[in-house]
Amino acid sequence: MSDAKPLSLYVPEPEFRPGDKPDFSNVEIPQAGAAPRPPIDVEAGDIRDLAYTIIRVMNREGDAVGPWADMLNDDQLKEGLEDMVRVRAFDARMLMAQRQGKTSFYMQALGEEAIACAFSKALQPGDMNFPTYRQQGLLLSTDYPMVDMMNQIYSNAADPLKGRQLPIMYCSKEHGFFTISGNLATQFIQGVGWAMASAIKGDTKIATSWIGEGSTAENDFHSALVFASTYRAPVVLNIVNNQWAISTFQGIARGKAATFASRGLGFGIPSLRVDGNDYLAVYAVAKWAVDRARAGHGPTLIEHVTYRMGGHSTSDDPSAYRSKEEATSWPLGDPVERLKEYLIKRGVWSDAQHHQMQEMLEMQVAEAQKQAEKNGTLHDGPHSSPATVFDDVYHEMPLHLRRQRQEAGL
Amino acid sequence: MSRMTMIQAIRSGMDNAMEKDDNVVVFGEDVGFFGGVFRCTQGLQEKYGRQRCFDAPISESGIVGAAIGMAAYGIRPCVEIQFADYMYPAYDQITQEASRIRYRSANDFTVPIVVRMPTGGGIFGGQTHSQSPEALFAHVSGIKTVIPSNPYDAKGLLISAIEDEDPVMFLEPKRLYNGPFDGHHDRPVTPWSKHEFGEVPDDYYTVPLGKAAVRREGADVTVLVYGTMVYVAEAAAEEAGVDAEIIDLRTILPLDLEAIEESVRKTGRCVIVHEATKTCGFGAELMAVVAESCFYHLEAPIIRVTGYDTPYPHAHEWEYFPGPKRVGDALKKVMEAA
Ligand SMILES: Cc1ncc(C[n+]2csc(CCOP(=O)(O)OP(=O)(O)O)c2C)c(N)n1
Repeated sequence: MSDAKPLSLYVPEPEFRPGDKPDFSNVEIPQAGAAPRPPIDVEAGDIRDLAYTIIRVMNREGDAVGPWADMLNDDQLKEGLEDMVRVRAFDARMLMAQRQGKTSFYMQALGEEAIACAFSKALQPGDMNFPTYRQQGLLLSTDYPMVDMMNQIYSNAADPLKGRQLPIMYCSKEHGFFTISGNLATQFIQGVGWAMASAIKGDTKIATSWIGEGSTAENDFHSALVFASTYRAPVVLNIVNNQWAISTFQGIARGKAATFASRGLGFGIPSLRVDGNDYLAVYAVAKWAVDRARAGHGPTLIEHVTYRMGGHSTSDDPSAYRSKEEATSWPLGDPVERLKEYLIKRGVWSDAQHHQMQEMLEMQVAEAQKQAEKNGTLHDGPHSSPATVFDDVYHEMPLHLRRQRQEAGL
Repeated sequence: MSRMTMIQAIRSGMDNAMEKDDNVVVFGEDVGFFGGVFRCTQGLQEKYGRQRCFDAPISESGIVGAAIGMAAYGIRPCVEIQFADYMYPAYDQITQEASRIRYRSANDFTVPIVVRMPTGGGIFGGQTHSQSPEALFAHVSGIKTVIPSNPYDAKGLLISAIEDEDPVMFLEPKRLYNGPFDGHHDRPVTPWSKHEFGEVPDDYYTVPLGKAAVRREGADVTVLVYGTMVYVAEAAAEEAGVDAEIIDLRTILPLDLEAIEESVRKTGRCVIVHEATKTCGFGAELMAVVAESCFYHLEAPIIRVTGYDTPYPHAHEWEYFPGPKRVGDALKKVMEAA
């Protein structure tokens, strides 16, 4: 008989659960400005450390320091702040609209606004994003009309997607926003394919792929890394590590083994971790990776370290699985507050100006909502014609569908 | 005109398509330098360069996922999955992504991809090289599924598939790759060169998707069939002495409903033959279509002859494969019904 002890399965657990007092003092937050800024044609192996540290620009005193600083001027930063506040105002209104029964569902980006807002500024018209459902900032920081986003959320008569997609699953080819899939991770590899096509055609456009840290466990994440690295695709692969995948903490997708960024190293993909709550750092790293892709040096993997302050979606109650104080104890702070403080310290912004901007944006959002609601809401039509249910399944409607439409009397 | 095997015809189709439209790109496992394990893509890399014909990692979801992204960009990928049995890792990308991107984006993005894959048994490929997954595609809205039965159709249908604005699953019956089949495994086969369907134009031509072909006209019973089983049905009709009308569907989705209805209304009887497993196989759909639209013309119950509901057994392939005897028995049985 064996004298071995019975085995037991290791199942990682987050450090804090409801009722616990979160203490993040053991989370290592490197000093702002400490990370070097390599040339864009660097080899993955030469910047291994950047996959384990966190690139930060704004320090705790509210200064921008180090080699990744000074890439944006004051006006650009004020615009960035405005973009983030717009996203926040938009989210708050639409969350409310969902609570009022005007739509079925909503997903906010509270706490993560800097990532999409800053990243979009590094892109050029014609580039294509393959986003997840938490990158509304990619649209709200560009000239995409808010009303159209709301029309989509309400599935109303003016919904560009004819009421076919869950709220927030926007799409606009013109604005470089690929149609969002409800199936996690599938689009990570599609973005790589788009980038490969751009390279095949000798184009100058690049693609970005987006994924949550929980979804990196999906096969398509790994397919994307192997394709991107094999063909040196002009793509930026973004992991948004907001610590939580619904109620599942990030440890379930990786164990405690390594950072998410470090997964790129095995593929020879330069991989960086960035403070996702630092607008300046996100922009600087995005610009570096975008320039790299456009110059033909291939893919970059970026892990944006952030925290999902809100619920996963309107169907979620985070107080059931995590400590109430976790969001406010999170050591990287609030991206809006941080950029605001930074600009105030620089003497180019004030609380009064901030307040005024906030009010103006809230009014803009409210005005857009009024416009959108003229086209109807989910339960209070009008909607697109039911006959459109049969459209766009195929380029031309096949006989069996024509018969079904006829039978339906549409 | 040349005499071609189905492999050569498929290669010629890709060649013509790549020549005509430099947006056509071919990739998949081993398809580049080597030309694919069945050599369907042989010579294409040499002719069109590595930007347009290249090897892919062994990652089917990666192959199809990347093809989707490429198509969204505006090029036309024609990818190879080494065996239909290995499309399952890509099934998510095919059925939940490629199939719906047009719909969910309200036509803003379209992904006209072709996914080629060898299908079916009869070459002793065992359970993981013999599957016929066509019903799994046909159940999904937004993709088309094509299964040619001869070199001429294979080339013309493949070019149509590449031209098509929708994602197309192109299933190539590997039993027919190298030559025709007379329905009997125990007889030497005549080469395609002795067969009318071996005559394939060298130039660009199309065979339309969604149109069936009448392979044999007959008055007594309609046989609905596609791929390798077309030849089994032909042999069965001869040997059973039944005046069967054999309809080669060629495309199972879109299905040529009109051709089916016309024939069954004429003959009043219907036998359905496929190699895939029976339960929820595509034959079930065909039965339903016939029952729905031709019920009052039927003089006998509809019969299905199919593979059994088991995995493909290596040593017993020929017992599993529906042969002329089983199909002939079915034909006689429907003829006996009053
Ligand atoms: C393939 C698939 N499995 C499961 C789900 C259900 N689901 C939706 S969101 C989610 C969590 C995703 O977490 P993460 O990737 O970390 O992104 P986050 O929501 O944190 O932004 C899950 C499990 C899904 N949409 N798709």
